[in-house]
Amino acid sequence: MIGPNGSGKTTLLEVLLGLLPVASGTVRILGQLPGETDAIAYVPQDYTAAAGSALRARDMVALGLTGTSWGFRRTTAAQWKRIEDTMRAVDAFEVIDQRLATLSGGQRQRVAIAQALVSEPKLLLLDEPLANLDLRNQREVISLLDRLNSTLGVTIIMVAHDLNPLLRVLDGAVYLLDGHAHYDTLNGVVDDALLTHLYGTPLHVVRTVQGDLFVRGE
Amino acid sequence: MRNALIGGTLVAIAAGVIGYFVVVRGTAFAAHALAHIGLPGATGAVLLGLPVTLGLAVFCVGGAIVIGALGRRAGDREVATGTVLAFAVGLGLYFSSQATRSSSTMTNVLFGNLLAISPQELVVFAAFLVGVVAVVCAVFRPLLFASVDERVARSRRVPVRALSVLFMVLLGLVVTMSVQVVGTLLLFALVVTPAATAIMLTPRPGRAIALALVLNLLSVWAGLVVATMFSLPPSFCIVTIACTIWLVVRLTGRSRQVQL
Repeated sequence: MIGPNGSGKTTLLEVLLGLLPVASGTVRILGQLPGETDAIAYVPQDYTAAAGSALRARDMVALGLTGTSWGFRRTTAAQWKRIEDTMRAVDAFEVIDQRLATLSGGQRQRVAIAQALVSEPKLLLLDEPLANLDLRNQREVISLLDRLNSTLGVTIIMVAHDLNPLLRVLDGAVYLLDGHAHYDTLNGVVDDALLTHLYGTPLHVVRTVQGDLFVRGE
Repeated sequence: MRNALIGGTLVAIAAGVIGYFVVVRGTAFAAHALAHIGLPGATGAVLLGLPVTLGLAVFCVGGAIVIGALGRRAGDREVATGTVLAFAVGLGLYFSSQATRSSSTMTNVLFGNLLAISPQELVVFAAFLVGVVAVVCAVFRPLLFASVDERVARSRRVPVRALSVLFMVLLGLVVTMSVQVVGTLLLFALVVTPAATAIMLTPRPGRAIALALVLNLLSVWAGLVVATMFSLPPSFCIVTIACTIWLVVRLTGRSRQVQL
């Protein structure tokens, strides 16, 4: 989901999650009204930053699995196994017993993704998952998401500022233009005129002979 | 002395349980605020000839519902909350000045007086404690989830707003109890400090709560013993012990945190 600051990307995400009501019209997601399905998981921007030092990565991920169940019960061995498997799937098993506050930005993002994944969603929504990550971590998180998409079959929608790091994994993009949401495939989106209009600044799509694709300003 | 010991124990357990969530939710300032909002309730009750605990409970729980309904961070809107607090304390002083046996009540509410606890209050406190523990057990996981991040919890259909109000009501009850032990001015040391110490020592939620409870019991019991032995105010001894443990753990914390 792309668009300039203030175009309503996060708002649209919150509508999909049922966190915000729509003023008019109806929204259906996975065939249901927003907020009525358990098949969607959400990773907000800077998620684990707020949790501070009180919890371990393991406890944080556990909340994705057991955080919605009432009553007092222990996490079962089977649940811990699933939590550990999910931490392995996001390449963060080695930090499972560390406090969140001691983790790097990239590790925290993996923990946040693990928490979202552990409930086995069909759709994963991420708000700016690459914000505040260095280039290497950006690349690793993108590869991870790409892998989850192909191996687990999870559909992933992410809000992004910068298209470039995502171009090699994108199927298509929702873009918010003049108050309306549009969808196009990757080839349709990487278009000089569209991107220039969308971001309000001259942009060029560059295709190298090696087949690389990137967007650059003037 | 027997009443003081029983009352102190009840309060220590309740404060330990709720304190963990106060720290995790980052609502330490709200706890502090509720204690001050209770002051006019207590002195107002004396003025009207009603039990102090009733006045405290009505104001603390009332204030808690307002803060809870405004959202989790409302207690940390510093200027607005600070202004309300200043007014509440002023009002407390005014009620106190109108009552005849005012000064002793005022001191008791500000600094606590565990030795003045009555058998009737013990019964009320026991009921509060049972209620607080039962509710916390019932909502433990969703409350922790909502405490970590409201947006994610809401997207998973956890009733975040209702939990926020419920938690603040529990906090209001615990504050009502704790004011009796250490008073509004020293409440932080009983509700927040031991839980913060426990979280420094262990990141596991269950263990942290158990540890906060043990630290609270230790502070209250040892505080009472020391106070009796040396004729010191119990509140002073309890707070000193709780704060000393926190300081020691904090200063020695760096080296230990790695292996835990």
